[in-house]
Amino acid sequence: MKVLVAVKRVIDYNVKIRVKPDHSDVDLTNVKMAMNPFCEIAVEEAVRLKEKGVASEVVAVTIGPKAAQEQLRTALALGADRAIHVETDDKVESLTAAKLLKRVADDEQPGLTILGKQSIDTDNNQTGQMLAALAGMGQGTFASEVQVEDDEVQVTREVDGGLQTVALKLPAVITTDLRLNEPRYAKLPDIMKAKKKSIDVKSPDDMGVAVASSLSVLKVESPAERQGGTKVASVDELVDKLKNEAKVIA
Amino acid sequence: MSILVIAEHHNGQLADSTAHVVAAAQAIGGDIDILVAGDNAAGAAEAAAKLSGVAKVRTADDGVYAYQLAEPMAELIAGLAGDYSHVLAAASTHGKNVLPRVAALKDVAALSEVIGVESPDTFQRPIYAGNAIATVQSNDALKVLTVRTTAFDAVDATGSAGVEAISATVENTLSRFIGEELASSDRPELGSARVVVSGGRGMGNGENFTLLDGIADKLGAAIGASRAAVDAGFVPNDMQVGQTGKIVAPELYIAVGISGAIQHLAGMKDAKIIVAINKDDEAPIFQVADYGLVGDLFEVLPELESKL
Repeated sequence: MKVLVAVKRVIDYNVKIRVKPDHSDVDLTNVKMAMNPFCEIAVEEAVRLKEKGVASEVVAVTIGPKAAQEQLRTALALGADRAIHVETDDKVESLTAAKLLKRVADDEQPGLTILGKQSIDTDNNQTGQMLAALAGMGQGTFASEVQVEDDEVQVTREVDGGLQTVALKLPAVITTDLRLNEPRYAKLPDIMKAKKKSIDVKSPDDMGVAVASSLSVLKVESPAERQGGTKVASVDELVDKLKNEAKVIA
Repeated sequence: MSILVIAEHHNGQLADSTAHVVAAAQAIGGDIDILVAGDNAAGAAEAAAKLSGVAKVRTADDGVYAYQLAEPMAELIAGLAGDYSHVLAAASTHGKNVLPRVAALKDVAALSEVIGVESPDTFQRPIYAGNAIATVQSNDALKVLTVRTTAFDAVDATGSAGVEAISATVENTLSRFIGEELASSDRPELGSARVVVSGGRGMGNGENFTLLDGIADKLGAAIGASRAAVDAGFVPNDMQVGQTGKIVAPELYIAVGISGAIQHLAGMKDAKIIVAINKDDEAPIFQVADYGLVGDLFEVLPELESKL
């Protein structure tokens, strides 16, 4: 079984973001970029499936500018066998990403497609569900455990209030939650080897998908600042303030 | 305009979130219907009919909707969507599971975690872990939205809408329910609790989280955790407050041993009052806390419990 794993280039999770003065967007000039953390978990899961003998090949795919090949190289260093780069400089919304991934899945025919549950830039949490819908497949979102058995995959999902386990007919789509696994670090020899692995570059045009969006961002602003910073000296003072000043406890 | 709100329910009980989603629908304006799809969900439909501002409740009661799996739910909702200008659900794990699937079936965009309604086609939503707020206009004929429930005050339950059954059912050959393990707790739900007490990496281990129990008992609070505490394996992920966990906006939020990473702040900075207890007086959490107490949590917590 082939596993397709989608990765996204995003702002590094440690970077403090700034809104542009004209409120058109967030300023990404000279900002450190990295693989989206949930995508790292997706790559790790795909590689583990290969190590267990469940997957025969792991194909990494990304959609984005030329620089996104850095993230594909990372995926290759972590154990993906080859990669596909759908190259575009345009902003790609979830639905378009899902349509492009659907084309890739049509070509590659993976048994499982694994994505992060959300990217930490747009925080949408949509692409996996949309891909599953377009491909007519079952979806296991917020996955914390994945088990392939015969022609099915059992996915334990982190839902509000606990865990839910569903069985999905293969092929299926999975989106990763935090506790699915702990991603490894790439070792230097693997990073060197990854440079020799192949990246197949395509354009959305080649694939017959228009990069369009029905959403327009009118403005981007910083959230209202919270005025904090007051310290209390003792538990007694804290309890007194909560009772008599904030009046949030009786 | 006409709006379809997807009800969330468990074992015949309507989830609190639905009343908040109806409030968001009212902010958009227009006729509001609620869809209650499930297996033996009459109790939830009855509760939904009482929510004020609702025109009618549509019920789809069939075994295929048990546990409201995404595949049959999305197919059902996509089939009904032609009657509506907007489809709304809570930005819960359930709403986020189902609605993007509906949007793709209808070939329209989805908007996640809406926190503000500017007009029927223009909405506000947080991006970059709440470090920026985007105002987004949708040009689709059908708008599909998940709504952050803490951003909209619940409507009251003084209405009396009619209930109408939908006969159409769908088939589901893609997925089946295997089981669930839901945390059974006498405590309020994290997302809707009036008071939340959360522990972070400073708690040291999972057993020490019991130090929060007594305080939570006295305040009727839910117990949460930072991602660091979840990553360290102290507590399960469903307790996580933050960008990648639950978003809470209680009247009182007590952060214990939490440094205040931006990803955590994204989940709780809309609380009315924030209390931080941390031994590191430089911890960023103190910058957002209304009341900060610098001290060893292992001394502070028992004292706080005894004085509440």
